[in-house]
Amino acid sequence: MGGYILKRLGLAIAVALAVSMIAFLLLRLSGDPAIAIAGEGARSEDIEMVRKTYGFDRPLPVQYVEWLGKTLRGDFGESIYFKTPAAPLIFAKLETTMALGLLSLAFALALSIPLGVLAAVYRNSWIDRLCLALAVLGQALPNFFFALLLIMVFSITLRWLPVSGSDTWQHFVMPTIALGYYAAPAFMRLIRAGMIEVLEADYIRTARAKGLPASRVIFKHALRNAVVPVVALAAVQLGFLLGGSVVIETIFALDGLGYLAYQSITFKDFPVMQNIVLLLSVIYVVLTLASDVANAWLDPRIRVA
Amino acid sequence: MSAVLKPDAADAVLDVEGLSVDIATPSGPLRAVRDVSFQVGRGETLCIVGESGCGKSITSLAIMSLLPVAARRRATRLALLGEDLLAAAPRRVNALRGNRMAMIFQEPMTALNPAYTIGNQLMESYLLHRGGSTDKARERAIELLGKVGIASAAERLRQYPHQLSGGLRQRVMIAMALMCGPELLIADEPSTALDVTIQAQILRLLADLQKDLGIAMVLITHDLGVVARIAHRVAVMYAGEIVEEGTAERLFASPRHPYTRGLISCIPVPGRTKRGGRLGTIAGVVPSLVGEIRGCGFRDRCAHALAACESAAPLRSSGEHQWRCIHVELPE
Amino acid sequence: MSSSVTAAAAGVEPGGVVVAAPGIWRRVWKNKAVVVGGGLLLLIVAVALLAPWIAPYDPYAQDLANRNVPPFWYDAGGWAHPLGTDPLGRDYLSRLFYGARISLLIGVSVAIISGLIGTSMGMLAGYFGGRTDMAVSFLVTTRLSMPVILVALATVALVGGSLWVVIMVLGLLKWDRFAVVMRSATQQVRSLDYVAAAQAAGASTTRVLLGEVLPNVLPHLIVVATLEAASAILLEAALSFLGLGVQPPLPSWGLMISEAKSYMFFSFWLIAIPGAALALLIFAINLAGDGLRDLLAPEGRA
Repeated sequence: MGGYILKRLGLAIAVALAVSMIAFLLLRLSGDPAIAIAGEGARSEDIEMVRKTYGFDRPLPVQYVEWLGKTLRGDFGESIYFKTPAAPLIFAKLETTMALGLLSLAFALALSIPLGVLAAVYRNSWIDRLCLALAVLGQALPNFFFALLLIMVFSITLRWLPVSGSDTWQHFVMPTIALGYYAAPAFMRLIRAGMIEVLEADYIRTARAKGLPASRVIFKHALRNAVVPVVALAAVQLGFLLGGSVVIETIFALDGLGYLAYQSITFKDFPVMQNIVLLLSVIYVVLTLASDVANAWLDPRIRVA
Repeated sequence: MSAVLKPDAADAVLDVEGLSVDIATPSGPLRAVRDVSFQVGRGETLCIVGESGCGKSITSLAIMSLLPVAARRRATRLALLGEDLLAAAPRRVNALRGNRMAMIFQEPMTALNPAYTIGNQLMESYLLHRGGSTDKARERAIELLGKVGIASAAERLRQYPHQLSGGLRQRVMIAMALMCGPELLIADEPSTALDVTIQAQILRLLADLQKDLGIAMVLITHDLGVVARIAHRVAVMYAGEIVEEGTAERLFASPRHPYTRGLISCIPVPGRTKRGGRLGTIAGVVPSLVGEIRGCGFRDRCAHALAACESAAPLRSSGEHQWRCIHVELPE
Repeated sequence: MSSSVTAAAAGVEPGGVVVAAPGIWRRVWKNKAVVVGGGLLLLIVAVALLAPWIAPYDPYAQDLANRNVPPFWYDAGGWAHPLGTDPLGRDYLSRLFYGARISLLIGVSVAIISGLIGTSMGMLAGYFGGRTDMAVSFLVTTRLSMPVILVALATVALVGGSLWVVIMVLGLLKWDRFAVVMRSATQQVRSLDYVAAAQAAGASTTRVLLGEVLPNVLPHLIVVATLEAASAILLEAALSFLGLGVQPPLPSWGLMISEAKSYMFFSFWLIAIPGAALALLIFAINLAGDGLRDLLAPEGRA
């Protein structure tokens, strides 16, 4: 399995580099970045000064290498809006967003695994159809709309949960639901399909022939084999959740990376914006790598080759 | 075929009478098993022989209550060691499976769960049915792996199925079936999927284990060679019915049913069959088993068929030898 | 020549796509998902196309004397504005109808643009394999590593927001699933006999790809296109909701929800109506897409 990991690692590094190039070039989209930073209506001397300070007058590849070097050393530049170094700012918020992401993932799995197993065991019955209907409905609801609905019900009407902020655990309940529910249908379908396939396998018949109770057959023997693709998907979905947190965090004013991203984009805080994109992409690459490794490890045929 | 009352019928390990299985299909019920009866006693091997699709596997699944959802089982009597399996609650059936009655299947390559070690899967049923510590279960597993002829058993326990060859996996399956000391072992074509040399080993192993442990064994096969090697009694199945049943010697010496005759004549015997001569065949195909079936199922392929075969194929017997045919004595 | 004649007689086009087989319309009819989803979708499309004629008011016409009038099922509402008015007095029903045009335009345009990009990449990768495949796979992996919403937000912020910017940005970002699915579909088809036959007959690569491969991967393409269209509609709604998508006064449903946010406590319908419309549209597209997938590749489903 070692060789497999090394190969995936090499690929991950290549992708991370490619992504860093894109993040770097993102800034150049608006035209002259010096003007963008100096602001509208700035005098040409100011623009020149900005250009020199940030090194925009050097050739592009040189700028890239310099920027990459500084970034790898942890120097993300300074936030134009907050006027503090960008790196500590970004990493401080990362914790909140990771927590939200993991909670949402856990919520999605807690919702989808039981439903997926039920749908598979009672395949083609009304239970199955109900689960699939829920899945389709879940995927049709826009997450920002659902978030607003949650606020209406739980904050305004019932007064159980706070609307915004990030101080207590109650502040995380609605964001977790609003972010996580969208991922549940995909998991549910995957589990259902996997279970249906696995339940037809010979070793399930063997397990039943040994007199194992139905619950043991389903959860120990079947689910263990059906869950393998779910682990791979979970790692990937975590990446999506982290990216999609922008909308949810902004609605709930949850003080995480997504909210910071929104602020940096609205206030044209380029160093912060650029580095958030880079950071999330690298996290994503790492998660994909982790998912590949987990996939291999879960299959004894690869692990103990 | 109603079971002939043998002197020790009351002690029969497995008592099957009037077993029928119908499978729901879009074009009507498929009568996969029709009024099958037999008994198996301690230390006895009953071989159920027949071609693919004759219903022999479904019979074994019906006994184990492992039928697919679309199948319906009916029987006059289905008893294991005198206990009625038909009326038994699902929990009771689970308590008996893997414990008092065990089954091994045809495909050893896919019969084991790839995600767990051999040891885990071996000890599982023992821990479930017998309780006790994992140490005791491990001891038992090692003992049985030794019995089935697997060397360095302790190491094997830690291995995963994919690390074993087909023959080894089948031995593990046999060991797994014997973990709780069952009185009945059903083996559905246990050697078919294996290499020819391994086949003989597995069959030898099963015969030895039976002698050693005194279990009742039902062995399902399509291969008459297997039957000749290992069976005490034989039941020949065709189109869902048992068409002939008797001891192995009687059956091979004087087969009464045209189908059995046809099967035996298909086997080339070295020395007796002339080189370049024609092998026996049975012309025709198995009839459709959907809907109502009347009379003898073999009549379309039988060289000795009469008009009366369309309505009945009466049960004949001669001592412990039974068969279904309009003829008492077949013309040569 | 004769093979295509016999093929046509059997109701199958030479490329293998079943066109006029006698039982096909019955199969379509029996597939509830396609019927319900497709029907709903057609209804929404009809409303969108006929909006200029069936909308009672100009969606941009403000009427400050009649702000936040509730829909007819409230006491304070009436039939003058059946779905009420928004904070600037604009008729909600008319804005709803016109909003459908925006959503559908986004869905279709993004599906087309990303479909063209992704399908070309996928088919080339699947057909040629080797280096081409490695290159495309690398590009796909790289694209998949980037958070789409963030990149879209940043791009729109840098370039300025408008309907066409949103379409271009999403179209240039959302080709990944097309590439992946088309690649594997092409790989499956590549080894089939009639492709080899066409190659042996000396057809150029383009002709083989367009003439033999494409018609046979078309079912997969359609299914992915419906999924991506739905996804694009949701993305645009989210972008507009955050203020970085379509700009006011365009009646994008996402924008309508955003504009109504501060009034939602008192005038819940202001967010409920466009939200429900979005959900309904996505539901219809997903349902029809699922049904299509069942129709076109039944073995692929559990």
